[in-house]
Order: sequence, then C-alpha cells, then structure tokens
Amino acid sequence: MKKALLALADGTLFEGVSFGAEGEAVGEVIFNTSMTGYQEVLTDPSYKGQMVVMTYPLIGNYGVNLEDVESKAPAVEGFIVKEASACPSNWRSTQNLDSYLKDHGVVGIQGIDTRALTRHLRDYGAMEGVISTKDLGPDSLVAKAKASPGLIGRDLVREVACTEPHIWMQRAWQLGKGYIEQGTGSRVQGEGEQPQLDMFAEPSTLSPKPYSVVAYDCGIKWNILRKLVGAGCDVTVVPADTSAATVLNMAPDGVFLSNGPGDPEGVPYLVDNVRKLIGTTPIFGICLGHQILGLAFGGQTYKLKFGHHGGNQPVKDLTTGKVEITTQNHGFAVDIASIPDKNVELTHINLNDRTVEGMRHTRLPIFSVQYHPEASPGPHDASYLFQRFVDLMASERRKTGAPVKRTR
Amino acid sequence: MPKRTDIDKILIIGSGPIVIGQACEFDYSGTQACKALREEGYQVILVNSNPATIMTDPDMADRTYVEPLTVPILEQIIAREKPHALLPTLGGQTGLNLAVALAEQGVLERHGVELIGAKLPAIKKAEDRDLFKQAMQKIGLEVPESGYAHSLEEARSVVERVGYPAIIRPSFTLGGTGGNIAYNRDEFDEHVQWGLNISPVHQVLVEASVIGWKEFELEVMRDLKDNVVIICSIENFDPMGIHTGDSITVAPAQTLSDKEYQLMRDAAIAIIREIGVETGGSNIQFAVDPKSGRMVAIEMNPRVSRSSALASKATGFPIAKIAAKLAVGYTLDEISNDITKETTACFEPTIDYCVVKFPRFSFEKFPGADETLTTQMKSVGEAMAIGRTFKEALQKAIRSLEIEAYGLESRIFRRGKGRETGGGRGEVSEADQKLVRERLRIANWERVFYIADAFRLGMTVKEIEGLTAIDRWFLANIEEIVKFEDHLIGFGQRRGGSSLLRLLTASAMREAKALGFSDRRLAQLVGSQELTIRDARKRMGIEATFKMVDTCGAEFVAHTPYLYSTYERECEANPTTRRKIVILGSGPNRIGQGIEFDYCCVHAAFALKEIGYETIMVNCNPETVSTDYDTSDRLYFEPLCLEDVLNIVEREQPVGVIVQFGGQTPLKLAIPLEQAGVKILGTPPDAIDRAEDRERFKQLLQHLSLNQSPNGTAISVSEALRIARQIGYPVLVRPSYVLGGRAMEIVYDEASLQDYMARAVQASPEHPVLVDKFLEDAIEMDVDALCDGQEVVIGGIMEHIEEA
Repeated sequence: MKKALLALADGTLFEGVSFGAEGEAVGEVIFNTSMTGYQEVLTDPSYKGQMVVMTYPLIGNYGVNLEDVESKAPAVEGFIVKEASACPSNWRSTQNLDSYLKDHGVVGIQGIDTRALTRHLRDYGAMEGVISTKDLGPDSLVAKAKASPGLIGRDLVREVACTEPHIWMQRAWQLGKGYIEQGTGSRVQGEGEQPQLDMFAEPSTLSPKPYSVVAYDCGIKWNILRKLVGAGCDVTVVPADTSAATVLNMAPDGVFLSNGPGDPEGVPYLVDNVRKLIGTTPIFGICLGHQILGLAFGGQTYKLKFGHHGGNQPVKDLTTGKVEITTQNHGFAVDIASIPDKNVELTHINLNDRTVEGMRHTRLPIFSVQYHPEASPGPHDASYLFQRFVDLMASERRKTGAPVKRTR
Repeated sequence: MPKRTDIDKILIIGSGPIVIGQACEFDYSGTQACKALREEGYQVILVNSNPATIMTDPDMADRTYVEPLTVPILEQIIAREKPHALLPTLGGQTGLNLAVALAEQGVLERHGVELIGAKLPAIKKAEDRDLFKQAMQKIGLEVPESGYAHSLEEARSVVERVGYPAIIRPSFTLGGTGGNIAYNRDEFDEHVQWGLNISPVHQVLVEASVIGWKEFELEVMRDLKDNVVIICSIENFDPMGIHTGDSITVAPAQTLSDKEYQLMRDAAIAIIREIGVETGGSNIQFAVDPKSGRMVAIEMNPRVSRSSALASKATGFPIAKIAAKLAVGYTLDEISNDITKETTACFEPTIDYCVVKFPRFSFEKFPGADETLTTQMKSVGEAMAIGRTFKEALQKAIRSLEIEAYGLESRIFRRGKGRETGGGRGEVSEADQKLVRERLRIANWERVFYIADAFRLGMTVKEIEGLTAIDRWFLANIEEIVKFEDHLIGFGQRRGGSSLLRLLTASAMREAKALGFSDRRLAQLVGSQELTIRDARKRMGIEATFKMVDTCGAEFVAHTPYLYSTYERECEANPTTRRKIVILGSGPNRIGQGIEFDYCCVHAAFALKEIGYETIMVNCNPETVSTDYDTSDRLYFEPLCLEDVLNIVEREQPVGVIVQFGGQTPLKLAIPLEQAGVKILGTPPDAIDRAEDRERFKQLLQHLSLNQSPNGTAISVSEALRIARQIGYPVLVRPSYVLGGRAMEIVYDEASLQDYMARAVQASPEHPVLVDKFLEDAIEMDVDALCDGQEVVIGGIMEHIEEA
C-alpha cells in the first residue's frame, strides 16, 4: 500500500492510498454523484483539466470493459474514491479499475473521506488540487495546487478534439449485441445468444435519405455520435477549429456542437465560426456546444460554484411541463438574460438551482441543452432530443430541399 | 397540478394483524399517508383491525375504525362515512386485496367512491400473473416461461414446457406462501397439490426457474403528469430462488454497469406506464443472468411494499408520504424535498454509503421447522445497517440482529480454540468440512457465517460462488473481512506474537473499525474484553464519526439530522446544546417483540417533545415509524449494541437514556450502560433487574408476602432435576432473560426435563434456567400500571381467554 496525498489550493490535505498510476496529477477537483458509470466518466473528454471525486464510495465493482468508453482513453487528470474494488464482478468485465488506470497513466487516490471532501467542495467551491505519490510534502503540494493554471480562459478543447475529419459509423450499445455499425444491421457479437428487447432496439430501418450532420468535435462523447447515427444521420466529425466556410461547403442538413472541457471563453475561434453558421443551417448544441451558442448569440457565460456533475439532475421542459432526470457535467452556465437577441428563449431549467438547461431560437432552427441527452452514463429520459434535431432538419429540408454541396 | 379539490374525504385501509410477509412497514406507510393527507386538509377515514399501531392512534385520522377487515364491514363503514376516494396502495397486500374486492363487488360504485393511486385495471394487470405476462410481452420485455394450472394434470403439461427446476406459485397468497421449487417430478406433484390447496382460487403458476440468477429491485414513483423517478435500486446478496424478504439485500445495486442499470431503469419505467399505476410507488423485481446480462422481469407490486420502507430508510426519500400526496393530484416537482428544503421531490436520490438489510428469523421457536430458504418467506423481521463500505454495513447489520453475533463468528471452529484465536486448520473434522459445503449449497439464514468459515478453510471465491451462486463481489468482500481477522490473530504467520498488541496499533485499529468490526468481536479475536478494547481504541483517538443520510450525496445542505456511524475523518453529528433524551428502539421484529414496542418508543418521543426536550431515537429496524426522520428531532440508524449506543451518548451528552420502551433489546443494555456512567431514565436498571432476575423477584415477593408458584433457578442439570423433584411435575422451564417464550417448555417428567436441558439450553452461572411449578387450570391476568415513584395508577386489567 503506497501512500498518496491530495492537496487542495486552500491548504486542505487528504491522506490516502495510491491506486492506478503512481506519480503526480494536477487539476480542478470536482465531485460527481453518479452511482454507476465510472468508466464513462473517466473517458469523457469534458473532464480534461479536472480530477473527479466519486461521491459513491464503492467504485470499480463491475470492473472495466472494452465497450463502456466515451473516447479513446481516459481524459481525467486524477481519480479520487473511497474504495476501489479489487475483485470486480460483471459478465463484461475484462480488467479491474486499478490496472486500467495504470495502463492509461491516470493517478488515483483511495481510502479518503470522500464525503468530507465533497462537502468541502460544496461549501467552498471547486478548486485546484494535486494528487501525488512522489511528493508527500504538504507545503510543496499545496503550493503546486495554488500554482496550477485552473480552467478560466484556457483552451482545453485543443487537447482532446480530433485533428482530422472522419466519418462515424457506430450505433448505440445494445444488450446482447454490443455496438453495431451503421448500415450493417448484422449482429456484431454474441449472435444468437439472446433476443434483444424490442423496447430498447434502435430503429431498424434508417431513413432512405439520411441526414448529413457535421459534428464539431470539442472532445465529443462517442455516445452523442452513436445516438445521432441511431437517429438516422450520416455523421462527419470535424476538428473544433474547422472554419464555417469549410462546414458550409460540406452542405450538411445540420451542424452539431459538442460537449467539451473547460471554459467556453477559452475557444473564441469556435464562437466566431458558430456565429457565421447561425442562420445558415439547423444547429443542435450540447453542453459546451450550448455555451458556445450562448456566446455566439452575444450572451455571457459564468462559472458555477461547484458545477453539476451527476446523473440525477431534474430538468423541467418549460414547453411541456414535464421533468426529465438528466446526466450533467458542467462547471459553466449560460446567462440567458445577457443574450441580446430576444428570439432566444429559455426552454429548460434545472429544478435544483433554477439555472439555464436549454434554449432555442424562435425563428431559426437552432436549439441547445446544457445537459447530456446522450446519457452514458445516466438516464435515457432526454434521448428524444436527437429525434427533435432530426425533425428540425426534416422540416428545413421540406422548406428548402436537400442542401446542395457548393463547389468552389 | 395542484391538489384535487373535488374530493375531501379519503378512506385508507390498513394491513391488519402482523403476519410473516406483512409486518409493521405498513403501519409506517399508513401513518405517513394519514399525516400527509391531513396536512393537505383532507379528512382521513382509517380502518384497521390491528390496534398495536401508530396509525390507529386517535389523532392520526379524523375517524378510526378498529374493525375486522372484511368486505361487509367495510361496506357498512363506507355507507356511513361516504368517503369520496379510497387510497388502496398503502395498506399492503391486505389493503389492496380488499380494495379490489370492494371494487369488484360494486361497493365502490354503489357509494360513489373513487380509487385513487392505482385503478382496478392496473392493480389486476400487476397482480394477475397472466395479465402481467401479456403486458410485459407487449412492451418487449422478457418474463420467465410459465403457465397456469388448476389441476395437477394441467400443471404437469405446463412443466413439460418450462422444464425443471420449476417454481410453483399459488395465486393470491401473501409473502410467497405455498411457493416452492421443484427439482423433479415427485417434488413437483407434492408442491403443486399443496399450492392448489392453499390458493384461495385453487390456481398455481408453474414458472421456469431462473435460480442462481442475480436478483434486483427498483423502487419507482410516478405522478399524474407521467413523471417517473427511480428512488432506489436494490441488489440481493442471495440469488434468485430465495424470497426477497429472506434475502440479505444491498442498496444501491453494486454489480451492474451503467449500461445495464439504465436498461433496467428503462424497463421499470416502461412497466409502470404499461401497467398503468397512475401515481405513487411501485416495486419491480428483475432477474439478470450473470453469464450474459440477459434480464427478465419477475414481478411488480403496484403499491408500497416492504422494500419501499427499506428504500425510504436507505435513501431518506419518504416514499409513502410522497405517494399519498401524488394520489391527490400533486406532481413530483410541486413537492419539496424535506431534507434539503431547497430542492424538490422530483429527482433520483443518490447515496454515498452502502446499506445492508439482514432478515431476522425465529426458527428457534419452531424446533423441527424446515430452515431451508426458498421462495416462501420465513423471516419475521429485519435489521438494516448503513456503512461507508459493504463490509462495514454487513458487520453492523449482523450485530443489529441481536442473535448474539457481533461479527462473522465461526460456526465450526470452537470459540477460544483453533482458528478463532490463531490455531491451525487441522482441528476441523471431515464432518465439519462437509457441513460447510452443505450449508453453502443449500440456502439457510446462517449461510453468510458459513461463507466466512469456507474462507477460513481455504476455499476460494470461485469455489464458493459455484456452491452458492452468490456474486463474487460480495464473496470477495467477506474474504477481505476474514483475511483481516487472520492477519489480526496471526494465522499462517511464522512469528507468533500477541494478537492484542497487533491490534493496538493505530493503523490496525483504524482498519478494523473501518471494516466494521465491533469492539466486542475484536475482543473475541484477540482474547480480550469489549471495554478494554474500547478504552484502548479511544486512547488512540479512534472514535466513531457520524454522517448524514441526505438523499443527495452531500451535493446540498441537509436539514434533517438522520445519521449513521462510520470511521471517517469528518463527523457531521453537530449536537445541539438543548436538553435532550435518547430513546432506544426495539431493533428487528421477532416473535414476541413486534410493532408494539415501536409504538411505545414513538409515543415517548412525541411526549418528550411536547415537554420541550430534544428527542434522539436509536433504532435499526427499517419497517418502523420510529425510524422516520420526522418522528424525533434526531435519528441515529444504528445497531442497539452497547458500543454503538455509547458512541451516540458520548457524542450527544443527553440528560439520560430511556430503555424501557423498546422491549428486551434495550433492557439488556440498561446495566452495562449504567455501569458506563450513563443515566438511565424511568425505571432504574436495578429495578429492571429485580423484575427480570427470578431469584431477586422471588425474594421481593416473599418480602411482600405474596404468593408465587413454587420455583427455583438452576445453573446445572442436576440442580434443575432437584428443584423439579422438590416442587413436583409438571414444571415450566425456560432460560432467564427471554422473550415471548423462546425455548420455553412444559415438562411432565424427569426424562423430558433431562432431554430439555440437553437440547434447548446450556445452563451455566451466566445463563441460569428457571424452573416453575406449572399451574394447571389457572386463569391468567395482566395488570398494567403506571407509577411516578409515589402514586400508582392502574391502566387496565385483562384476563386471558386461554388458561395460563
């Protein structure tokens, strides 16, 4: 049992035991209240620059598998738990959490009072911290935490976004089938083992003329792409710094703006490009994409005290009065009152703290949500939003015909 | 939607007498519902035949009828009271069945009474297994292959289709009564005939067994706007094939990945919608194949259930109270979360601890009863424990049971010898090794202790998993506990050394306490005394900390002090400086100690609150009103053991502790608490002892010149025989300090007395046996009296119908 130390920028120290990789990690410390889905959390690129405390104390119980990933590799800077399970149990598990984190160089600390840490972050706000197994000097660790750059104004998107455009084929995970590639329709694995439950099946017949969607990748969660494909879209993923002109040249039916790490003000180039796209094509934004839209409409964003990170956040759809339980992962929020364009209306609010969770343009085919309708991890209540995006593209197509690629 | 104003008089039907499968959890849910509805200004008409309930207290409902729960009586009540609505989902299966009968016989229609919460078609769809199966197929969910039979011939043709092992479930019985598993034709014929006999409609369901699959439950709530939330997920430690009421269960689910959990959540939401439960809570059970993740829906309760009570206490979300408010038209987002105040009830609780429920059995009361656990419920109560890890919660749950177990004590290694204190493996006989395997293979309530012994015998997780079908995650956690014990006692280590010294290092002690070891168990292991360990521990500065149950994983500030102990860095107990009194509850229900003691504790809390004291409740029974977070000012969900109670007393510094309302459980703690310097309020421990200790009681009676049937106290077999000869047969024999006639027998001759002494008790100076002359043809009277130290008031005198 190797000792590890967690130091926060305000001088608070937690002594625990190392797990995962040894070494030192720096990042903003935030807490996540999901009881399941740690592998999806680890691989969510939005956590770049952050170290995650899981409030549920027993993590790693069902191991790690090859499927439950939201990107190529874990993006978190560090991982903080009460107890990491050494003996996982699940039919899909291929390794335990400790070895997975070691394989990917993620520094972890366990055996600390994560509830005390969570209460501290709740009361004093998310703050920078350092986990170390090599420097156990409290003073020097606190100094390192204080010196850490934080999130404000930083462009973390560049560190997690793709660098080349590519086509996405994979559809959402199904029990007994795993992932299916678009168009193939055949079973990928476990064929003949068990029937898929009808209620959870993806639509089997794709739209005869799929909607072409260009998805800006700011650190996109793969499940967003899977859900888009499942809803009948041909998805091309492009880097976050792709120009509006390039996108328009591709003549998509719609543009998707993804989630991503850090401060939306750290990616001004994306805001500029989105401003140019407004009014030309249907746009759907999630999380960072929603904040980028807020900025592109001329509004402002602000940092929340400790953010929303978890899978039990109630969001009320103001248009229907219905409540959906959602997955959320954001430290910044849009100040809707600051948007000068009064055609932008509030559509969703968080029932816990009444912050903005969704908006739409009343004249243009544009809408966005702060939360994660793709879930993964978390409840599926909001997955209807992907269909809403497709419906929006369909109605635009009816109005203007299928978009035509411009040739230079 | 605001509440309905077109109704103002609501009828609630209670669950009647306590039976296996239906205990005080429905007093808890009914009481919550009455309070919630009256808070909203509705008139509540309550019918229940069980007077030992909080809900039948005069101030709980506007009118209370303590009457038999039958259709004719209920019709008379309905005709007289003319309620506008009947809320059928909070009185257990009894209340629900009666509501169905009232609806089907046209009573409700005749008197214009509306069913709220769940309508008749929804109840039928959930309760009738055929309709349920059709509904599941409609939404694409799998159910186990099954078929109904009204005769043995029909049943045989069904089993040809579903195969062995097959589960036989009689229709419309409670707690799985009459349910059985048949592995072959002979067993099948026997179980089917029995099932047909006890089913009121002479019908059984023959179902393909998913024995050995993992069992899960979700507690679901829905409102009139179709908002649906999951309050809690529960994973059964014991696999399918054992009634949930008899299974050790754990919240939240531990071994489902998010993808699998969300599928189950989707399925639960689809089920509550398809069944059509309009508002309120439902409990839905699933089985999952551990090899492929394949999931089947097992059943749904369209009402508040035992699991709902557990889920409420496990999360802090008051399911019954919210269900009552939803039934009168509120939506989840209109109801505030009492605990956080700033958020609403429309969310899914997230917890940052682990909850273990352990069933309590009373097999010792029924010598010869089949102790095998099957699909028919046999437990009579349960204890719940909260810890930061499964290991801690499990060990706390075990000592909460009050079965003289303070940890995973060995069943085969002799106390004070062998492995328990560091001996070798060689001392275990072949027969004992065989016994362990047998006890692993065939489910029984002590199985968890035999699992620990299996690890002590060197068996692996894989072997034990093969024998028990219990998930390896749980087994590995038990192995960790055993490994720590081994380390402590120096098992397998070349250097001997003192195990006590090994424990008395800060890191070992801290680890032991974090693993949930009680001081008493540690004392057993290292050959010391509980209080010695406690003192040593406290000198090391290692003390219990208390954390809050807050529904939200600390995301929001909690305003209700609902606490559990653990060994962590930060303590949130934050005691007030008010004058306060601790009330000790009665622990798990068992025969002879049921809901009546909870009733007393709750009233003690109400009365003390009235005269200005802060009230602090300590209890570990999740089915009770006393463990509701708003019954007392502060609630500690803790085992009723000396160690745990002392921790609370030291933290809270109360004026005193009341032990006299919780039955035998707290009474047993009176003397040790007093010795530890705790002020016992009410009847002093010495007076309790004078009443409980037969020798002292006899002296008192002699001093008062009162008659007593001739008797004596024996600490050995020969002494018992001598006393019996002296006073003459028949004699009544029992151990002292017992409850409800446990191990009590009437003995008519010497041979039987010898047999009893050998079989039932081991007399010793610490455990004397009482021998009383049995009075034949005597009448028995009870006198209830109240004394303030000077005056005595007689509350009532009751004559027993049965002779003494």
